[in-house]
Parts: sequence; structure tokens; C-alpha cells
Amino acid sequence: MALSFMEGNEALARGAIAAGCDFFAGYPITPATTIFNNMLNMLPPKGGICIQGEDEIASMGYCIGASMAGKKALTATSGPGISLYSEQLSFAIGSEIPLVIADVQRLGPSTGSATRGADSDIQFLRWGSTSGVPVIVLAPKDALDCYVLAVHAFNYAEEFRCPVFIASNKEIGMTRESFDLDSVTLPPIVERKMFSGDSYLPFEAEPNAAPPFLPIGGETLVRQTSSTHGPDGYITIDPDVIAQNQARLREKIHSARKRITLFEKDIKENSDTLIISYGVTARAVEDAGKTLESKGKPVSTLTLKTLWPVPEELLIETAKPFKRIVVIEMNLGQYVNEIKRVLCDKKIMFYGQMNGVLITPAKIMEVIENE
Amino acid sequence: MNSYLNKTRPSVYCPGCTHEKITKGLDKALVKLNLPADKTVIVTDIGCSGLFDTFFNVHALHGIHGRALTYASGLKLANPELNVIVTMGDGGLGIGGAHVLASCRKNLDLTLIILNNFNFGMTGGQYSATTPTDAIVGSEFLNHAEIPLDICAIAQSAGATYIDRCSGHDERLPGKIASAIEHKGFSIIETLGMCTGRYTKKNPLTPKALDQMITDLPAKNGIIEKNKRPEYGDRYRALAKERKTFPEAVTIEKQTDLKNYQQQEVVILGSAGMRIVTAGDIVCYAGLCAGMNVSMKNDYNITVLRGQSVSEILISPEKIGYPGIESPSVVLALSDEGVQRRKKIFATLKPDTFVLKERSVTIPETNADVVEIDFRKFKIKKQDWALASLGVMAKKEKAINKAMLTYALKSRFNEKVYLIAMETIEKMI
Repeated sequence: MALSFMEGNEALARGAIAAGCDFFAGYPITPATTIFNNMLNMLPPKGGICIQGEDEIASMGYCIGASMAGKKALTATSGPGISLYSEQLSFAIGSEIPLVIADVQRLGPSTGSATRGADSDIQFLRWGSTSGVPVIVLAPKDALDCYVLAVHAFNYAEEFRCPVFIASNKEIGMTRESFDLDSVTLPPIVERKMFSGDSYLPFEAEPNAAPPFLPIGGETLVRQTSSTHGPDGYITIDPDVIAQNQARLREKIHSARKRITLFEKDIKENSDTLIISYGVTARAVEDAGKTLESKGKPVSTLTLKTLWPVPEELLIETAKPFKRIVVIEMNLGQYVNEIKRVLCDKKIMFYGQMNGVLITPAKIMEVIENE
Repeated sequence: MNSYLNKTRPSVYCPGCTHEKITKGLDKALVKLNLPADKTVIVTDIGCSGLFDTFFNVHALHGIHGRALTYASGLKLANPELNVIVTMGDGGLGIGGAHVLASCRKNLDLTLIILNNFNFGMTGGQYSATTPTDAIVGSEFLNHAEIPLDICAIAQSAGATYIDRCSGHDERLPGKIASAIEHKGFSIIETLGMCTGRYTKKNPLTPKALDQMITDLPAKNGIIEKNKRPEYGDRYRALAKERKTFPEAVTIEKQTDLKNYQQQEVVILGSAGMRIVTAGDIVCYAGLCAGMNVSMKNDYNITVLRGQSVSEILISPEKIGYPGIESPSVVLALSDEGVQRRKKIFATLKPDTFVLKERSVTIPETNADVVEIDFRKFKIKKQDWALASLGVMAKKEKAINKAMLTYALKSRFNEKVYLIAMETIEKMI
């Protein structure tokens, strides 16, 4: 066996390439820059395009334009860049433009710490756009996940015609580690559903699905607009048409949420505690779980890889037998609010840390054992 | 084609608005060039100029304020066959200035039509980046404290290869737009116009007055000789085409067997310029050569050539979970600033932790097994101390052995660098 050795950011770039990504635009920012560097080395030999935008807003604009021409586009940034992406994100969400956005999170707020990790943006990714339309956010825990989730992210972006976030973290993106690249089974590649009928209306769709796509520059004329639009892509003020479209934007993701729930769980018999975590923190949780088991105090663990839409059924079903639910996050409590909302009849304990260093397995054991 | 205008969606501008003239001018230009509709896209900004996409039977993209050029660039890069025409007002020019500058510098084959009517028409006639200082607009006194910009002058200094300016009422407008579209590269055509709904209510402006403004401004008639250069897309594709080799992942074959190997945690404390990350890399390669799982976290400041450089490596026969250091088995203390960065760990080190301390470095009190080495005595330069330390580790069989290190150096470096590295290593073994 031969192990490959790479940082999470490189793995994410390789995953994007495996998914068929052929366009990247970005603006350098630590700790996401090496995704850009990798794409710049990987795309040209494959005939893809990789460019540097004059700022983050432009990078998103380039990706939006390229996606509307039919490309599979990726961009990568961190908290300050995600902030600048916001308005373009709302456009991509509302106008159903497939994109994958890697957010290699760093400690915020604002400029914060460029080289210190944290899961700073978990709620921001969900709510950092106007109108509250659901988005998809995937959270890798290691380099292998970066590779695999990048493919899922492209698949979801193509199927649902929406931006999909990969909520990475400096501690994953810039940590180099080994994994067996050759033995990874990637999900089958999903391509954008193309329109094949006679008269194309760019936003005509089933009530819970994205509209079929045709590219700008193809034989059929295509309209794209950031304005509130009807199926024809022209501005509308018809309340029924508006309501239908708003409902569809929500439904297309909401109705598929069970299918797009990615997770790992390790349920131990005779354990009364379930620890829920995501991202790099999950690795410390899993280590703490092993040690606690060897001490005869087993705990169960649930590692979420799909954070948004909230995997409500999974949470309810997994948490059912447990007396105590513990949520650990590398922030001062963002996703725990979702878990409290879904598991409203459970006792939820929380430990969060936002100091630029990883939460250690020892700390997690202390939290579990001292309660 | 006689006209590209969408008969079902006629123009909706205020009576007398120059935008109406420009709509017709653009249509005549498209007819003149006989552009295929399916290879043409109009990208529009926000405001009254942002309605253009609805008037034409071509592809259309209407985005967000000031960013039209960014979508246009993405479309053109993705599909070089497209004729990409952007309409933008003086509002978009102000908010999206960075993109105008970038487009001028890049010289991607786009055509930007600026519909300058000296104010924000849609929101109530507020002042824009082109409002004259003494104009009376919807911003009370604010514009009296600023001056308008001349986008043509800015575009020229930013490297635009084609700049034209005319009144929106100029009969030559269709021809001028057509020439701008025909230009291979980024072309800007600034049109001056009347916003009859807002601006001209308090500021007398007539087609004649617009002509006078054009006369008074520096003349711009198309190609800017001094900025002439290849189109960006062509240049980009030519350069990208030379990049032929896809970088495959670093994959290390297992080359040596280790019995009873326990998880090792190696911490290298040094400074920028001491090749700490490279040494960390080599330790990881050494682990990989023995079929172990590895992980490496580096800690350095955003400043590149100064400050601490710390590398933390795990080598384990098991899959690595938590990627941080909990109980180091090896600590290489190679600079004071590196040690300062992790000074708290020394009190926690166990007696069997191997600490290699360079003679010049001070470390806090510790129970660990400390070995002091004077690399200067071995005539090893500071930039090689980390590498030399790996030789010491291999000799003492701390985390790595000589076979692992040799395989690692062979995998990591080319033959020449490998031999030089081995020279340093041999001094320590």
C-alpha cells in the first residue's frame, strides 16, 4: 500500500478536479490560498481556466458568469472573503447558479487571525444571504473528507442549481496528512440536467426541483436575472408567481434533505451519552470516545458532514435512546442552537472554544466526565 | 436581421430619456454587424441602464450593482466565441470602479457601454461619480464638495485599448458602438445623456449642451495606440497551454518494516529560514516510507522571513484522529523564538521525551532527556540545523531510524539535493 500525503486544501482541489470542475476564480487569502495555488497548477493542464479576481466580489462574478456558460466553477476563501461574497451569493442562490465555495474558516470576527483556525462561519454560511433561502453546507473533518465532499458539493450544486459550501477550517486545510487516495470510492458524478424540450423557459421547473439548464451562448437564447422573476426569467410582480418561486427555492433543497445528509456515527451499547460534533473537532471527539471506552465509560458519537440543511431526522433518530447529548464546537456555540431546536426535549450540554487552538481529546473527556 | 429588439418588451424610459436613443443605437449596431443572436450576450448593471437586457432578443444576464463586468468576464473566458456587451450607468461605474480598472488592465474582449446621465435616476436623482460639482441633484449639498471623474481619462491610464465618447444623441452612435464591438480587446464607449425624469428638471441640458460637453472634454475616438496589446483571452490561453503537466499527488510506497512502532509526536521549534517545514515534511516522508500514517501542522506568522516556525508531526501505525500534539516524544529546540512559541510544553514533557537543544537556545525547565548539540562545531549552517537534527534522531532511533530517513530524503529530493542532504546527515550519525 502507498499512502498519499497532502493538506486538506490540496485534497479539496483534487476532489474538485475529480468532480469535473473546469473553472476557478479566487482572491488570495490565508488559509484558503493553497486551494487557489493547487487549482492554478491543476486546471491549465486539464484545459480548465483558473484566474485571480481583482477582489472577492469579482471572483464570485467570474464564477457566476462561467457557470452560466456551463462550466463547473469553484472558488475558495475565508471569513473576510465570504463576507464580500454575500451579495453575489444571494444572486447565485436566488437565480439558481451552480457554484462550489470552499470556506477555509479562520478565527474571526473580521480580519481576526489569518493563521488560526475556528469554525467561525457556521451560521454565517447559512444566513449570510438575503431572503433566507436554504443553502447546502458540508463540513469535512480531514483531508480525505475534503477530497470526497468536494465531489458531493459539485454534485449537489449541479443537481439543485445552487451554491454549495464546503466549511473547511485552517486546521484541516493547512494540515498535511496521509490517506489512501487510491482506495477512495468517490460518488458517481452528477451533471446539470439539461433542457431538451421545445420552448425553453429558463426558470420553469417542477415544484420541488431546479429548472433544467441551458448555457448562455448556446443555440437557445437564455435569460438570467438577479431580479424577482417568473419562469420566463423576466421581472415579475405577480404575487402568485413570486410565491411559487420562493416556495420552490426552499422546497428543492428541503425535500431532498434526507438524501443529502452525510454523517458518520459510532453508537456504543451501554452508553447514555451522545457527543455531536463536526469538522476537525470531530477527530478529537472520536479520540476521546476511544479513551473513554477503554476506561469502561463508553460514549457514542455523531459526526455531521452535512450541516445545512439541518439533518433533522438523523438527529432525532440518533439521539432518541440517549439521556445526555453533548455538542462540541470550535466556536462559542453556533450549531448547538440548531441541535437544541431539533432535540427540544433533550438535555443538551455544550462546550465551545474560540482561542485559535484545537479542542483536545483531554478537554472533551473533562467535559464528559465532570458532568 | 432587421432588428434585435424584443417587440413584446418595448423600452420603458421616460419621454426624452437618452437611454431610448442608445437602445436604438445598440440595435442598429447589432444589425450593422449582423451578430448571431445566439453568440451574443448583453450583460446589464443595475438602474435604468440595467433594463437593456430585456429589450433585445439575445442572451441576457442581469446581475447586481456594479458587477456586470465580472459576469461578462466569466462568460467570455468560459466561451470565447461570445460577443459580450455590457451596459452600465454612472452609478455602476462608481460602485464597480475596481472592475472597470481590472477590465482595462486585462483587455479581455468585452464592450462596455457607459450610459452617463450624471445622476442616479432610479433612486431619486442622487449624485454619482460623474455629477458636476455645481449641479443641483437629489443629494442636497453633497456633490458641491466633490468633483466628477472622467472615466475615459481613467480608462486610458488603466490600459484600455479602445476608448470612445459621444453624446447619446449623436447620429454616429450606432457606427461608434459597432466599431467598439468590433475591436478585439476591451472597449469602452462613454455616452453622455439626459435623465429627463430627474437630472434635467433642475439642470438645463439639451443635445446641443451635450455636444458642447463632448467638445470641451479631451477627444476620444477609439483605439489607444499606446495601450495596444494582445487580447487577454488569447494571451491567457497561450500561456495556459504551456502548462502541460498535471501535478499528481505525492504518494510514498512503503519501503521498510517497523516492529512495535508506537505513535510518535515530534515537535520542531525553529525560526523562519531554518527550513523547519521541510524538516517536518521529511519526518512525515520517513513515517510514510515505513507505511505509517502521518500528519503535520505548521505554525508560522503571516510574515514570511521573520518569526517563529513550528512544525508538529504525528507518526502512527493507526489512523490519526486528533491532529494536535498531546504528549511529544521528540522536541527539537532550534531557536529561542520557536521555543517561546511552545514554552508551556516543556514543563509537561515526560522523562523519556527526547529533547535536542541547540547550544545557543535556552529552554524552560523540563524533566525530559535533554541532549545539547553545538551544530557550529560540526560546521553546520543554521539553515541546516533542522535537517542535521533529523540525523541525530535517526542515530538515536527517536521516532525515525536511518533507513527511514534515507528513504525519506530520496523520495523528497532529487539526486543532487539528496546527496547534499546526506552529507549533513552523515556528520551527525
